[in-house]
Amino acid sequence: MIDILFNALIAGLLVASLCGPLGALVTWQRMAYYGDTLAHSALLGLALGLTLQANLQYSVLLTCMIIASALFALQWWRDIALDSLLGILSHSSLALGLVCLSFLDNQQLDLNGFLFGDLLAIAKEDLINLAVICGIVMALLFRYWPALVAVTAHAELAEIEGLPVKRLRLLLMLMVAATVAVAMKIVGVLLITAMLIIPASAVGRFARSPEQAALLAIICGAIAVMSGLAGAWYWDTPAGPSIVLGAGCLFVLGQLGPSYRRD
Amino acid sequence: MIDSPLIKLDHISLKRQQQSLLSDVSLSLIPRQIMTIIGPNGAGKSTLIKIALGLIKPDSGSIFRQANLRIGYMPQRLTLNPLMPLSVERFLTMASPSKQNIANALELTGISHLRKRPLHNISGGETQRVLLSRALLSDPNLLVLDEPAQGVDISGQTELYELINYLRDTLGCAVLMVSHDLHWVMAQTDTVICLNQHVCCHGHPEHVSNDPAYLSLFGRRHAEAVALYQHDHDHQHDIHGDVVCEHRHHD
Repeated sequence: MIDILFNALIAGLLVASLCGPLGALVTWQRMAYYGDTLAHSALLGLALGLTLQANLQYSVLLTCMIIASALFALQWWRDIALDSLLGILSHSSLALGLVCLSFLDNQQLDLNGFLFGDLLAIAKEDLINLAVICGIVMALLFRYWPALVAVTAHAELAEIEGLPVKRLRLLLMLMVAATVAVAMKIVGVLLITAMLIIPASAVGRFARSPEQAALLAIICGAIAVMSGLAGAWYWDTPAGPSIVLGAGCLFVLGQLGPSYRRD
Repeated sequence: MIDSPLIKLDHISLKRQQQSLLSDVSLSLIPRQIMTIIGPNGAGKSTLIKIALGLIKPDSGSIFRQANLRIGYMPQRLTLNPLMPLSVERFLTMASPSKQNIANALELTGISHLRKRPLHNISGGETQRVLLSRALLSDPNLLVLDEPAQGVDISGQTELYELINYLRDTLGCAVLMVSHDLHWVMAQTDTVICLNQHVCCHGHPEHVSNDPAYLSLFGRRHAEAVALYQHDHDHQHDIHGDVVCEHRHHD
């Protein structure tokens, strides 16, 4: 029993540590809706994985990355506003995923688990996959953090100072896609964006630098994971939603504190 | 002998959605020269600057940049996400990791005391100086400034233009800028380019200010207008391009 909890805790903390810095970049770039689009397309990846009998984690990862690349290419298509495009892709892929899943006569498929996460069902091999993906994204994030922050602060200046702005944007999108693929296990398709947005927003008022914001967001996410798991353990609440609720409470608490920007 | 140009744009044209933004624009800038681009709103001033910087590719025409060209760019205004926590120093670190360079740049622009301040918490004039400091960090031999005095009050504008002049003298860099401040343009600029999708006229300020193309673009009583312009700043944010034409001068 304690094994289950331990696996869940490690998985949750891994995702929280990834969502902290990435979430900060996503909120600064106002890409929240973009995260939703990728999250919804994760369900399509799930359907594909089940059809092809492939590893679900990796088929979701691959689908999210393809959708991310498609979005990256489509942002120069000027006939339609970007937020409309995101909405169309988001809901079309969600609908397509649901339709595909309905064709699969798979009694064991727990749709609820994918929509809202099934943290307590994480097995050892899931954890290893998760750790591998998290490790790769973390390494990339660490390596490119200064450049990503510079592009987020002012893309034109960054470009003139010699940064490959387009490639860095694509990298950020792909990293978000990877995070979506791993966070799906933890909080589920419908709540992934929450793990990106809420911890980063909760600590936004206190941080004095981008680095501090990322670190505080990790801590906030970790506290949310622990409190959510505690809730699941003691009161038998669903783990994923409990974690998001924990993050939400931290956000509300954070609003009561002093702000860096107004001093 | 004439200095070889730092940057040279030849017959640049750009169209967006069947609409011509720039047609057949040429300019060339030699070391230490100050060149100002003036023109009404939508004349393509910022677009031209972005082409010179290499941020936008023109449809046709060629751009020559000297091999050792180091550009310091100051964008029109800092559109910073209000959520992103940045101090002045952290913002400048993006251009140069060296604390010494940052301290020197802040010293030059006279805002050393702002080093630790949050970027959200400084005035418009101070923000422009922060942007100017960042432009200086590349040790530029060409400063590109897009309406440097935008959002700055009148006394601040004068100081800012004086600072730009001072920087040109001490650093020996050329300056390419967009400005609406005709008064300053006429007094301090070596060359003026009057742009309205194409180059209406260009040359020494005195020459340009007598050019019929300039007169038709900026109004006949431009001399008075320049003086008037100094007194009337309500147009700064929305209709600043057609400044002179917007006012009816009684004569």
